[in-house]
Amino acid sequence: MKFKSLTKFALCSVAALGLSGAAMAESHGGKVKIGMITTLTGGGAGIGADIRDGFMLAMDQAGNDNIEVVIEDDQRKPEIAVQLSDKLIQSEKVDILTGIIWSNLALAVVPAATAQGKFYLSPNAGPTQLAGKGCHENYFNVAWQNDNLHEAAGAHATASGFENAFILAPNYPAGQDALTGFKRLYEGELAGELYTKLGQTDYAAEIAQIRASGADGIYFFLPGGMGISFLKQYADSGIDLPVVGPAFSFDQGILQAVGEAALGVQNTSQWSKDIDNETNKAFVETFQAAYGRLPSLYASQSFDTANLILSAVAKADIADQDAFREALRAADFASVRGDFRFGNNQHPIQDIYVREVVKEGEIYTNKIIGPSLTDHQDVYAAECAL
Amino acid sequence: MTTILFFEQLLNGLQFGVMLFLMAAGLTLIFGVMGLINLAHGSLYMVGAFAAAAVAGWTGSFALALVASLAAAAMFGAIIELTIIRRLYARDHLDQVLATFALILIFSEATRWVFGSFPLFLNVPDALSGTVMLPGGIQYSLYRLTIIVIGLIVAAGLFLLISKTRVGMRIRAGENDREMIGALGVDISVLYTLVFALGAALAGLSGALVGAIQSVEVGMGEPVLILAFVVIVIGGIGSIKGALAGAILVGVTDTMGRTLLPILFGTFMEASSATAVGSALASMAIYILMAGVLLYKPTGLFGEA
Repeated sequence: MKFKSLTKFALCSVAALGLSGAAMAESHGGKVKIGMITTLTGGGAGIGADIRDGFMLAMDQAGNDNIEVVIEDDQRKPEIAVQLSDKLIQSEKVDILTGIIWSNLALAVVPAATAQGKFYLSPNAGPTQLAGKGCHENYFNVAWQNDNLHEAAGAHATASGFENAFILAPNYPAGQDALTGFKRLYEGELAGELYTKLGQTDYAAEIAQIRASGADGIYFFLPGGMGISFLKQYADSGIDLPVVGPAFSFDQGILQAVGEAALGVQNTSQWSKDIDNETNKAFVETFQAAYGRLPSLYASQSFDTANLILSAVAKADIADQDAFREALRAADFASVRGDFRFGNNQHPIQDIYVREVVKEGEIYTNKIIGPSLTDHQDVYAAECAL
Repeated sequence: MTTILFFEQLLNGLQFGVMLFLMAAGLTLIFGVMGLINLAHGSLYMVGAFAAAAVAGWTGSFALALVASLAAAAMFGAIIELTIIRRLYARDHLDQVLATFALILIFSEATRWVFGSFPLFLNVPDALSGTVMLPGGIQYSLYRLTIIVIGLIVAAGLFLLISKTRVGMRIRAGENDREMIGALGVDISVLYTLVFALGAALAGLSGALVGAIQSVEVGMGEPVLILAFVVIVIGGIGSIKGALAGAILVGVTDTMGRTLLPILFGTFMEASSATAVGSALASMAIYILMAGVLLYKPTGLFGEA
């Protein structure tokens, strides 16, 4: 009897130890918890849906039971994003954060998250402030530094003979990065430069200024619903100047809502559905099969982000942060963009293409017409101490 | 800045104002007659736009789409009045705000559930696309001109309805003394449903008209709702005349601010920081206007204390 209770006691303690061991393992050994903060309601919800779906597609394909993803909706509001990141870090105890679309939200969340020893992998926003002096060993950007696609657009505008361009973008960090980026490689004159309000939907005043400015071309960065509104109103304004933009103004999610008004417009992107490699073909096919729509560049970016995380999880235990960071830095995964590597500031060095909006059957989409910049790296990398 | 551009911007401001009026008229009518703060007004605007986009997609007719937007918004307005809103008249404003805020969430999620997260396609009809040459050499969008005309017709219609008809008389009586008009034998609950549906229909129409040149997406109503509240506060809560004056004031201030402030700052600042500072200040312009009006007329331009 006594013996029995003793064994029982021993068994219990072993079990208890085992349990605490298991509990430890949950936060360290093997298991990885990812917190995704993205925009799922309000303006820009389509972009958030693409980020989420691209990410979860890669996760489902990997079928790794040791990874758990918690998804939260930031409603495109910085204060809510901050609350969510506190909640994810403190009560959900996530190891990795990802998902933010908007640079103003990223700037509110990322520095605090990395300071608390969490990894942040950006599937979209790449504000200047986090690429140069403010770079951090735990912050990786899998998409681009904000300026990149705009630099490509500037180069393309110069190549297509713009000499007096009118440029506009919303007044928020990514909008400022956009115009700075465009001007870096654009060699002509500026007929005008405008910042609009973030979330603005009526562009009559801006279009009137464009008409009066004597510009020979327009460059605009207006993601999501803002781009839809601008393009529809521009098409209806009777102005017939060539338009160039970054892919955000012409992504798959908004083209159907813009319709014919976008046909033939050239835009710059690091990804397109017709980039010729096996990973990309499989991505486009499986995404379409799973969700019944074509993926956008946002979906491609979060798909890459998820695959990067998966590649690092396969190589290193997240409890060993240094090893995990090295594994991320190696970027040893098959990207839908083809070649992919990180620069010293942990932002991509990649090719950027020029695409044109075309109609395939009933669907408006983009087609690559040529390279714009190859092996392009952002200029802030030099200021980063990493 | 040339004179032509100046007048074109004035027209743009007028068009924006007329759009806001369609929203604000319903809001101020509902507040004036029922004493209800209806945050869900923006949702009815969204319902109008989605109904228009859906019907335009099926039938290809913009006229039918406009009819559908009116009908759908009026119908949903009447339904929520009958089921939810009428329980709120006797409650205080905080309860009304909470309940109608919940309605925003319900409408948004339901719309996402039916139509998905991605923006819908709704375009300007061919007959109204392109531009016309106005006297003085202003090239102006025909569709925007149509919006101005429709808005002014609606404004005139509302004035006639309120000042010349029996229903209008009852609405005015309801604004003055809710209990008394009931005691005099007017079926107040029918009147309330009618006013609410009318306000909702105006919001729906404005959603459909705007949807053709903007993006038809979930959550499109909230930014407009905030502006509409600014309009009725400036105009005086409960006053249709005030809503029209306030709407045009806000529309013109916002548009002119967006154009003129960056130019003004450009005279003594470097170009790119002038646009940044100017546009930041321009987005505050209407709130500064509101504060200024309230300073001198605390009940708004046409409000009664």
